[in-house]
Amino acid sequence: MMQPAIASENLSKSFGPVAAVDGLTLSVDHGEIFGLVGPDGAGKTTTMRLLTSIMDPDSGQARVCGRDTVSEAEAVKERIGYMSQRFGLYPDLSVMENMEFYADIYGVPRKGRAEKIERLLSFSNLTPFKKRHAGNLSGGMKQKLGLACALIHTPEVLFLDEPTNGVDPASRRDFWRILYQLLKEKVTIFVSTAYLDEAERCNRIGLMHEGRLMALGTPGQVKKLMRGSIVEVRAARPRQAKEILKKSLPDAEVGLFGDRVHVVTDTPENTEAETIRILSKAGVEVSGARLIEPSLEDVFVSVLGKDGGRRE
Amino acid sequence: MTVTDTKHAVTVRDLTRRFGSFTAVDRVSFDVSPGEIFGFLGPNGAGKSTTIRMLCGILAPTSGAGSVAGFDIMTQSEKIKAHIGYMSQKFSLYEDLTVEENIDFYSGIYRIPREKKKERKEWVIEMAGLASHRDARTAILSGGWKQRLALGCAILHEPPVIFLDEPTSGVDPMSRRKFWDLIYELTGKGVTVFVTTHYMDEAEYCDRIGLVYRGELIALGTPEELKNEHMKEDVLEVACDRPQDAMEAVEKVQGVKEAALFGRGLHVVADDAGKTVGALRSFLEMEGYLPTRVEGITPSLEDVFVSLIEARDRAQQPQKEVAG
Repeated sequence: MMQPAIASENLSKSFGPVAAVDGLTLSVDHGEIFGLVGPDGAGKTTTMRLLTSIMDPDSGQARVCGRDTVSEAEAVKERIGYMSQRFGLYPDLSVMENMEFYADIYGVPRKGRAEKIERLLSFSNLTPFKKRHAGNLSGGMKQKLGLACALIHTPEVLFLDEPTNGVDPASRRDFWRILYQLLKEKVTIFVSTAYLDEAERCNRIGLMHEGRLMALGTPGQVKKLMRGSIVEVRAARPRQAKEILKKSLPDAEVGLFGDRVHVVTDTPENTEAETIRILSKAGVEVSGARLIEPSLEDVFVSVLGKDGGRRE
Repeated sequence: MTVTDTKHAVTVRDLTRRFGSFTAVDRVSFDVSPGEIFGFLGPNGAGKSTTIRMLCGILAPTSGAGSVAGFDIMTQSEKIKAHIGYMSQKFSLYEDLTVEENIDFYSGIYRIPREKKKERKEWVIEMAGLASHRDARTAILSGGWKQRLALGCAILHEPPVIFLDEPTSGVDPMSRRKFWDLIYELTGKGVTVFVTTHYMDEAEYCDRIGLVYRGELIALGTPEELKNEHMKEDVLEVACDRPQDAMEAVEKVQGVKEAALFGRGLHVVADDAGKTVGALRSFLEMEGYLPTRVEGITPSLEDVFVSLIEARDRAQQPQKEVAG
C-alpha cells in the first residue's frame, strides 16, 4: 500500500508550560484536501510548523512524503510548499521578480523555468500584473502570488496556514477554484482556516482545541458529534427573534447565524412548533422553522462551547 | 461647504480622495443614523480603509463634505477624534503591558477624568471577561480576548460613534459571536457602529450595508434589499455528489451563467431559475452527480457581493496593464 502523504504519531510540542501541540496523531492520503480548524491558540500554526520541518517536536514523529520531518528535514522541504500567514513576498519586487526569487531559492532548474512561471502566473490569473510591485497588489492578488510562489518547485504536498484570512468573498471563491485545480493535478493539500464554510469542502477535517484533536473525519462524520438537533428559524427580525427565543427557551442554546436563528434542542418536533408559537405571540413574523443538518459552525460551538465559550 | 449634520451620526457627500493619479475614494455619499450598525463591504483595496481614515479625521479628503458625530470632517478633525472610537484589525495593544496597564494607558490618552477611571476600567474588564487575567501580559491572551480588550480600550471615553475596521479578521467563530453580542449591547445604548468585514454572515447582522468597489459605492441598502433587489440574476442551490467537479460541469447547461461552491453544495447563477431548474437537475442526474436538491433560493449576501462586483467589471473597461 502507498504511504500516506502526511502521517504523524503522538506529535507534541510545548512552549514553557503550554502544550501547543499535544499528542497529535493523524494521516492524510495523497490527493486529499485536509482541513485543520480550531479557535485561535489551538495549535494550528505550530502543527503546520512541525509538519513542514520548520520546528522540531519535543516528542512523537511525523513523516511527510515518506520522509522523517526531523532527520530528513531537507528532503521534506524539497517536496512541500508552505504558505504561512505572513508569506514572505517582497513588496518592492515585481510579481515576476518574486517568482524568480523563489525559483532560485528552491533551485528550480533554469531550463524550463520560464515556461513554468508563465504557467503558474496564468493559472493564478496574475499574467496581466507580472510587472506590478507585489506591494501594490490587492489582498486577493497577494494571496494568489503567495500561492504561486509556494508552487514553483512542483511540491507534492501543499501547506496553507489560514490562506484566506482577510480576503473578500470574490477572491476567496477564486482561491478555492485554484485549489481544486491543484487537487486534480494530485497535489495533497493541508489547510487551516477560520472559515467553517471552507472546512465543509475538505475531504476530511480535524477539529483542534488546546493542542489536541477533538474530532477527526469527513465533515459528515464530524457533524455526528453534534449534541442535539438544530431547528432553523427564519423570522422577519432575526436579532429580536433570537433575544425572545433565548428568554423563552432557557434550556436550549439559541444563536444567530447570518439572517437565521438556530435553536439547539433534544426535541426538535416540539421545538419547531414552539418557536413559531412564541414568536407569533410576541408579534414577530416567522416565515419558517425547520429541522436542519448542523453546519460545522454549529458543531464547533457544540463541541468546544463547554470550556471555550461560556462566560455569560 | 461645511456640514454639521446632527440628525445623522455619519454623513458624507461626494467624498473623494486621490493619491496622485489614483482615485482611492470616488464621490461616495451616504448617511448613518444614530444607533445604527452600518456595514462597509468591498474587496481589499476598494477604498474602505481610506474612507474610514477620512471619517476618523486621520486623512484629509481631496474634496466632498461630511460630518461625524456632528463635527465637520474638513475643519474639525480634532473634535472628531475625541468623539469617536476606532479599532483596527491590528489591535493597537501593547503586548508587553498587562491588561490593566493597557487600559490605564488608554485612559490617559483619552483623558478620562480621575473619578471615572476606575469605573471605566472595571467596565472594560467585565465586558471583555478578563477578571481573572488583569495582571496577565497581553501577549499571552488569545485572539478573542485581545480583540475584546482592544474594543474596550477604543471606547473607554464612551464615544457616540465607533469605527471597527475588520475587527474579527482571523478570530474563531465563538469569539466572533461574542464580539457581535457586545456590538448589539452598545447599539442598544444608542452607540453608532461603522464596521468593515469580509465575513458575509456578519454583514447580515448589520442594519444597512454599503458595498464599495474601486472607490465607488455600488450598492446601499438593508441586507434584505440587497438580496432581493440588487442582484439581476437568479440563484439556485444544489446539493449533490462531488460538488467540486459538478461546479465546472454545470456551466455547460443552458441558462447557467456561473457556479460556485457554497458550504458543501453549489450556488448556481442563472438568468431565470424557473427555466433552468429542470435542465440543471436532469443534467446532474445524467452525469451521475446524484442531486438531492435543486431549487431557486434568495441569493446569499456572498452571491450578491460577487455578482455586483462582476457586473461592474463587465461594465467598465478591464484594467489594462502591460504584459510581458
